Amino acid sequence: MKAIIDIKALKKDYHVGEVTVHALRGADLKIYKGEFVAIMGASGSGKSTMLNIIGCLDRPTEGTYLLDGVDVARISRNESAMIRNLKIGFVFQSYNLLSRTSALENVELPLMYNPSIKAKERRERAIASLEAVGLADRMGHMPNQLSGGQQQRVAIARSLVNDPVVILADEATGNLDTRTSYEIMSLFQELNRKGKTIVFVTHEPDIARCMTRSVVFRDGHIIKEEEIISRLYAAEMIKALPVEAE
Amino acid sequence: MNLGNLIKVAINALKRNKMRSFLTMLGIIIGVASVITMLAIGQGSRKSIQDQIASMGSNMLFVMPGNMRMGGVQQGSSVSQRLTVKDADAIAAECDAVIAVSPEVRSSGQAVYGNSNWPTTIYGGSDKYLEIRSWKVVSGRNITDSEANGSAKVCLVGRTVADELFGEGVDPTGETVRFRNIPFKIIGVLGEKGQNSFGQDQDDVIIAPYTTVQKRILAQTHIQSIQMSARSAEESALAQSQVEEVLRRTHKLREEENNDFEIRSQEELSTTMTSVTEILTILLGAIAGISLLVGGIGIMNIMYVSVTERTREIGLRMSIGGRSVDILLQFLIESILLSVFGGLIGILLGFGASAIVEALTSWPISVMWGSVILAFAVCTMIGVFFGWYPARRASSLDPIDALRFE
Repeated sequence: MKAIIDIKALKKDYHVGEVTVHALRGADLKIYKGEFVAIMGASGSGKSTMLNIIGCLDRPTEGTYLLDGVDVARISRNESAMIRNLKIGFVFQSYNLLSRTSALENVELPLMYNPSIKAKERRERAIASLEAVGLADRMGHMPNQLSGGQQQRVAIARSLVNDPVVILADEATGNLDTRTSYEIMSLFQELNRKGKTIVFVTHEPDIARCMTRSVVFRDGHIIKEEEIISRLYAAEMIKALPVEAE
Repeated sequence: MNLGNLIKVAINALKRNKMRSFLTMLGIIIGVASVITMLAIGQGSRKSIQDQIASMGSNMLFVMPGNMRMGGVQQGSSVSQRLTVKDADAIAAECDAVIAVSPEVRSSGQAVYGNSNWPTTIYGGSDKYLEIRSWKVVSGRNITDSEANGSAKVCLVGRTVADELFGEGVDPTGETVRFRNIPFKIIGVLGEKGQNSFGQDQDDVIIAPYTTVQKRILAQTHIQSIQMSARSAEESALAQSQVEEVLRRTHKLREEENNDFEIRSQEELSTTMTSVTEILTILLGAIAGISLLVGGIGIMNIMYVSVTERTREIGLRMSIGGRSVDILLQFLIESILLSVFGGLIGILLGFGASAIVEALTSWPISVMWGSVILAFAVCTMIGVFFGWYPARRASSLDPIDALRFE
């Protein structure tokens, strides 16, 4: 099987004043197509740094990183912007939607930075993307007219619209209540079932158990990597929740 | 991102904050409108003064008696009796840059017709006098050469004198008016000139042959001034030096003696007067320019606030593939749009304000296209200049920090 993400001996140092912080001290990670990987660890363990490097938002100090077969460890700022635009979809904890901008326009945004996609195709793909997350009837709504779960769905639609090789989610359920986070997780599982590769940073164990593999960081090292054996399915977990009083 | 999308994004961003965008533009609007209006007012007042000076005569020069020394006593210019008709004749004969010459004598007094009377000034001149002073005859005829030299008791009256003595709009040609008890036959009426720039009524005059005024009214042989026309405005200076040469000779002035006369030209007068309005225009324009600058600083301020406020948006745009240059252009275009839209509104407002000033002052105010183009160019430059630093700051943000910004 082909590794979409192939990281070897990755190190990342930050210089804060005169102190050097070793955020990553040599990590190896391979992620294959169709995987749904949970990245876990306490804060300061290096998981966010890893996600930033995987997302080409940051460059490693040492080590190699092949994304979809391309070496992206030493590329320029502009090249990394292009890689992000074509190959990566981000989902953030706080949604990061543009305010006073409709759901449809928010989803269109990544394609605006791709000059080879014309307005008509952009619109069609954004509509398809919103349909895929179940928001076909909310396209014209502004973020402040949507619930938290709906806003995160818009953000997921935005991460899908450029058909990325990997979706990176940074605590994407962190701001949501249990029911809504299961609903969002159910959506991620469905996307994964359709073949999307997803890397998901979380520190909630029940959320991590919805995925196929977990990677645990501590002090800049990967200390544990394991397949999830008794995988949970979010759709069933919702049914198990007590019925809320209307 | 291509330019069309960038402009769309910038317009959307401005629309999201309509009130703030408008207030930011207001600085530019007021600045541009005031630059255009001030320059138009300056141009208008200058033109109005030039028109008034042109109405005084055509390429006119005039000689007045100057200071003179008599037996060691410095005399004032008004008592001088050195200018004579002979001087005028000599100028006419010898100065080729001068095309018309007329002696001028004047006296104030009461003009009487029937039981009406009116205080006015009588000017004595030759048949050339009207031409030099740009007077037109609207009814009747000019003084002839033989009347001018033969002390004929004829005269032309200005519109004000005609109105006061004969009634509003009446044509008094052929009537006889008495001035200092001398009866003058009115042979014509002068065209209206209106007030000059000092507020004097230029139509309150009677013009008669200089010989008549000299002999019958003033009983003197000297004249008060000599009025002349240069061939063209360009030859005004040449005419001036020719006249000076002739008069120094006829007045038998020695090398070391100062002129006992003074030559003034319409050119000089015009330059003096317009230089005043030019200074005024520069002053007004500079003040307006400063307000435009303040408007630009307002844009910079708001753009800085906007960059800080939208740090997360910048981070997001970078994370989904926006390059630094895309972010830079987005903010730069926003500030250019602010200043250019503001500039366009300001130009319209400037036209409106100029029209109002024109209606209130009756100056011939015209908005100079130069100032419109200038204002527009300055606006675009302000947009680029004051937008550059905030946009630069936005584009150099680190996407990770920007995304985490609270």
